[in-house]
This record gives sequence, structure tokens and C-alpha cells, in this order.
Amino acid sequence: MGMVTLTRTTVAGREKVRGRRHRGESLTKVLFVLPAAVAMVALFGYPVVKNLLMSLQDYGLKTFFTGAAPWVGLKNYSTVVTDKLFSDAMLNTALFTVGSIAFQFAIGLGLALFFHKKFPLSGVLRSLLLLPWLLPLIVSSATWRSILEQDNGILNRTLLKLHLIGDPVPWLNSPSVALIAVIGVNIWIGIPFNVTLLYSGLAEIPDELYEAGQLDGATGWRSFWYITWPNLRAVASVLLMLGVVYTIKVLDIILGLTGGGPANATQTLATQSYEKSFIDFKFGQGAALSNILIAISFVFAIFYLRGTRRAVDE
Amino acid sequence: MISKRIAAALAGATTVSLLLVACGDNGGGQSSASGDSVKSLTVLDYYNNDPDKSLVQKGLDSCASQLGITIQRETVPGDTLIQKVLQQASSKTLPDVLMLDNPDVQQIAATGALAPLNDMGLSGDGVIKGMVDATSYDGKLYGLAPVTNTIALFYNKDMLAEAGVQPPKTWEELKAAAKKLTKPGRYGMAFNANATYEGSWQFLPAMWTNGGDETDLTSPQVAEALQLWVDLVKSGSASKSVINWTQGDVKDQFVAGKAAMMINGPWQIPALQKTPNVKWDVVTFPLNKPDQTPVAPLGGEAWTVPLNKDQAKQQKAGDFVKCLNSDENELAWAKARFTIPTKTALLDQYVKEVPSMKAFTEQVKTARARTGKLGDKWPDAAKVIYQAIQLALTGKASAQDAFKQASGG
Repeated sequence: MGMVTLTRTTVAGREKVRGRRHRGESLTKVLFVLPAAVAMVALFGYPVVKNLLMSLQDYGLKTFFTGAAPWVGLKNYSTVVTDKLFSDAMLNTALFTVGSIAFQFAIGLGLALFFHKKFPLSGVLRSLLLLPWLLPLIVSSATWRSILEQDNGILNRTLLKLHLIGDPVPWLNSPSVALIAVIGVNIWIGIPFNVTLLYSGLAEIPDELYEAGQLDGATGWRSFWYITWPNLRAVASVLLMLGVVYTIKVLDIILGLTGGGPANATQTLATQSYEKSFIDFKFGQGAALSNILIAISFVFAIFYLRGTRRAVDE
Repeated sequence: MISKRIAAALAGATTVSLLLVACGDNGGGQSSASGDSVKSLTVLDYYNNDPDKSLVQKGLDSCASQLGITIQRETVPGDTLIQKVLQQASSKTLPDVLMLDNPDVQQIAATGALAPLNDMGLSGDGVIKGMVDATSYDGKLYGLAPVTNTIALFYNKDMLAEAGVQPPKTWEELKAAAKKLTKPGRYGMAFNANATYEGSWQFLPAMWTNGGDETDLTSPQVAEALQLWVDLVKSGSASKSVINWTQGDVKDQFVAGKAAMMINGPWQIPALQKTPNVKWDVVTFPLNKPDQTPVAPLGGEAWTVPLNKDQAKQQKAGDFVKCLNSDENELAWAKARFTIPTKTALLDQYVKEVPSMKAFTEQVKTARARTGKLGDKWPDAAKVIYQAIQLALTGKASAQDAFKQASGG
């Protein structure tokens, strides 16, 4: 005890020597950091830690009333991983993420290149393109649900009238088609985000490069391949990484369109996690699934951080 | 420099005050009124849409004035009630009187959150057995439902008359009628077979009427009932979209004239009355074999009393639930809200006064509760049921194998 007091007084004494002003300054620094630090801990730190703890507990309906949540170790993880739906959900999550991002990016890039060539009304059209982004997701998915309806949906009726199909396509009613339909809707929702970022990436490329390239005979495809694409790569890699992190956890669109059905054909890790937590009230298992999801996102986030750091270093 | 320091101090102070606000919520609230001086009760239910919202309010108000208290009522959307209850349970702010959907009562009672009503002088005497089963747990009564509902077969009178079809009494007649009533742009039959508890609920009349049981879902009786759903969809008499429809969607199809018959409940009647050109009637669920009786699931909400440290308040809440379940209130709510009283003795009088509810009332007499046999394990069985339906209707399994596949780990 004496030792402690002694050390403290010596430290205080040394600080007194260094001057009151210095201490005031460091206090100022702490006070400035404090709000952000508290917000980070309360809004990011606490939920992540709580979720981790929850995944190691038998956290059910009873817990809310009695507060008792016995520790079960990794049992929740083994239960969800050996669930018969887990491998299907993994595969669907992968297909959903890869399918969505590939097409969102390709179509987004095409549209961005298209709008990069200024033409009358291009500004208006480009802002109209943002519309899917502005709609609440639950509205979009309800609307798409009625568009894709097998018997009376406008899509099937149009295709039938155009004689493009002989029989109505069971968009949301067949286990083999539903995932494709859900991916399609997600692509539609993701396009504006891709167009916006890629368009601003294109705007950053100096015109002189193209002029110089033209002198060397780089026009059309060659100018895209040797000038546009290398200059767009930084934006593109950020976009793809963000896309993965956003898409892998998509929940509302799937719930709104199919609820994971038909016959579990559109179950992903996210819908499974939701179902475990809020329908079965097995919050421990739901937390375990969402931690697996977070771990996968985290791997991609590390790639992203390393990618951007290299870009800065260059 | 000075302004910078002030800004820093402000930033710090804001953080501290935010933290204080966040922590300050826990105090207060639970002031205990001692003795007989209970002046008000808090009530939570999910009747958040009119006309139900105001009709229920009338009943609550009349009981409040009988007991000489005031009520503070909160209503939330149906699908968020359980989440709300969990949230209130963990912050110890449960209401004095809590409405729960009847299949949820046992699950919540199992957590120890509810007070047994027997101890407060209430009983389920005279109430239809199915409902007492649903609201009892471990031999004690935890809730009382003034009114109930169920599902039966609605049919469009004009369409049946036009096709020369009688309302079906057997499954064979149902299939034949549905086929005959189907024409381009219209299906003979509509029901809900989606992958939620609602899909299981709509399947129960077929399953139970045929002698199937949730304790053995792989029995031939259950498979036979599933075959009925499969036949209706495979033959084109019902839309393939039934696997995504809610009961509301089913009603919309019926109202729009795109379905000639449907499985649905009396809570749709106010909506049906808005389109008077659709003439409809209701019959009990058809039978597979003539010696069977139709068995449908019981719907409706029970009123419960969460455990309260304040004994006087808890007793008052018990009295309030008792008043809600008085004969007068049961009849008043049944008449106003197209539901059925839960006391057997009131049923005949009710049908006399409201003849349009005859089929539903008949069906209620033999109806069963979803949680009657399995208790708080019912959700697991319900999940197997809706997954088996999905497997069979999408052709991923035969009706015979679907239940094995859905329940096998």
C-alpha cells in the first residue's frame, strides 16, 4: 500500500514538473476521443461481445424471465453445423453472394460506362436509376413478390403474351427456380450502388490519358482494357469487397420474397440465424450462426483492408 | 485554444450525461400501491387494427368501470407481441394484464412468468375443453379466452350454383367440386400452405379430421391428409402459389373471384362484407370417411396475469380477467367481432342470435387446441408439418415420405 502511494506521488511530482499546461492538453485530447470511444464500445463492442457470449450459452425464452442462461461451451456451434439445412444454407449463401455480385458489378459497370458518355437527359436517367436504392427493401420485395407471382404476376403475363414462354414460370414456387428469382431481385437492388461508385471512379480518370492513348491507337475496347480498367481497379476492389460484406448478410429481401422457401430452397445463413433466434427462440444457436456469418465477412474485410492499404502505399 | 478546450469539455460532458440517461431508466416505475387502493392496471394486447381495436377497448372499458379502476392499454402488431413480451420480461416491466395467442400460453407459462389463475379464484369450468387444454400448464390454469375462432370451408354461392355443384361434404366431393369449379383465371380451391405456423394451422383440419395426430406425424392418416393437399395442387384445382400464400392472400383470391372455395376463418368476414357482390357461405370441413367428425384447430387469444410483486394489483388483474370472461362480455365480443364464445352453455343461444356463425360454432364444439397434447413442444411439431407440406407440394417428396424427411434429422 505504501509502495503504491509512493509511486503515485512520484509520478504526480514528475508531471508537476512537466507543467500544468501539458497535462491540460492531454486531458483535452482524452475528452475529444471520449465520445467516439464510448459510442464505439456501446454500439459495436458490446453487441459483438454479447453475441459471442450468447453463442456459448443456452439462451432461450426462459432466459428473458429468469435471467438464467447456462454455459454450454461450443454445443450451439456443433448443433447448427450438423443441422441438415446447414450445408444447403452455406451453398445458397455462396450462390446468392457470388451470383448477385457478379451481375451487379457487370451490369453496373456497363451502365456506368454508358452514362460516362454525356448525352441529353443522361443526368435525369442516371438519377432515375437510383430509384431501387431509395425504396424501403420491404416495399421492393413485396412489389417483386406480386410481379413474380406465377398465375397473375405481370412478368409471366408479359412473357406469355410475347410468346417467349409456353407455360408460366414458377418463379417463387419451384425450389429450382426460386433462388435464381431471389438473386435476380437482389441484383436489381444492388445495381444503383455499383453504378454510382463506378461512375465516380470513371469521372476520376483524367481525360488526358484517353487523348494520349488515342494518339497511340488505343480506342474502343483497347482504351477500356489499357486505360479505364487499370485506373478503375482500386474502386472496383473496394466495391467488390463491400458487395460481399453487404450481400452475405441479406435478410429482408429473402424474407419478403420467399421466407426461405419453397421447401427451404432459399435458406441462407442469415435467414437461418433469424429463424433460430426469432421463430424458434433459440437465441444461442442464432447467435452461433450469426457469428459464423461475421467470421466469413471478417475474412473479406481483412482482404479489403489489406487491399486499400496497399493502394495507399502505392 | 480556449474555445477548443470548451468544446472538449462539452464533448466529455455530453458523453457522461448520455451514459447517465441510459442508466437512469431502471429506477422508478414499480411503485407498489399497498392494500386495496389499486387504481389502475396496464394492459398489453395485439388488437392494433380497427374494428377489433375499438371493439376490444369497449369490453376493457366496461370491465374497468365495473372494478372502479382505469386502464392504460398498449397495442402492438401481432407478429411483434412475443418479442415485446421478452423485452418487457428482461426489463421487469411486464403489464398487469397480458393477452397471448392461445398456443403461446404454455410456452410463456413454462418460463414461470405467469400467475396461476386458480389461486385468484378463477376457473375454466364450463369452458370448452380444447381451450382449457391450451391455457393450462402443469395442471394449472394460466389464461382464459373469452372468445375463440377456427377455420372452415368458405364457398362462393354464385359460382357453385352456376357449376351445379353442392358444397362438398367429403374429400372426394371436395376434389371433384374444386376440379369442376376451375376454369381459366379461376381456381376451384384456395388454402394457405406456406412455410410458417399458419401453413400448419390450415393443414390441421385435414390431418385431425382423418384421425392423424401430432404425436405420430409419420402415420398413414397424416400422409393421407397431405395427399389431399397434393391432389388439389397437382390436378390444377388449386394454385401452385399456395406454398407462398398467407391467409390474407387466400382471402384476396376469394374476394377477387379467382378462387371458388377457400379455407379461412371468421375474422375475414368484415373484409368479405366490404364486397357485397361476392355471395358466400360456410360449411364445416369435409370428411375423408363418412363416420368421421370434423376436427379443426382452436384459435383466439387468452388473457393472462403476469406474476406481480404487488399482490393486490395481481388480484385486481385476476378480477379483471374474470370480468372479461363473463357471459355478457363473451357474447358481446362474439357478436361484434365474428368470434365464438368459449363457454359451451352459450353456444346454442349464440347461434340462434347469429345464424351466419353456425358452421364455425359447430366446428368449435369438436375443435382441438394445438398445444393440447404436446404443450410447449408444439412449435417443433408445427415446424415439421409445414416443412413436410412444402416438400410434398413442390414435388421434392411424396406425401408418404414427406413427414419422414421433414422430421428425420
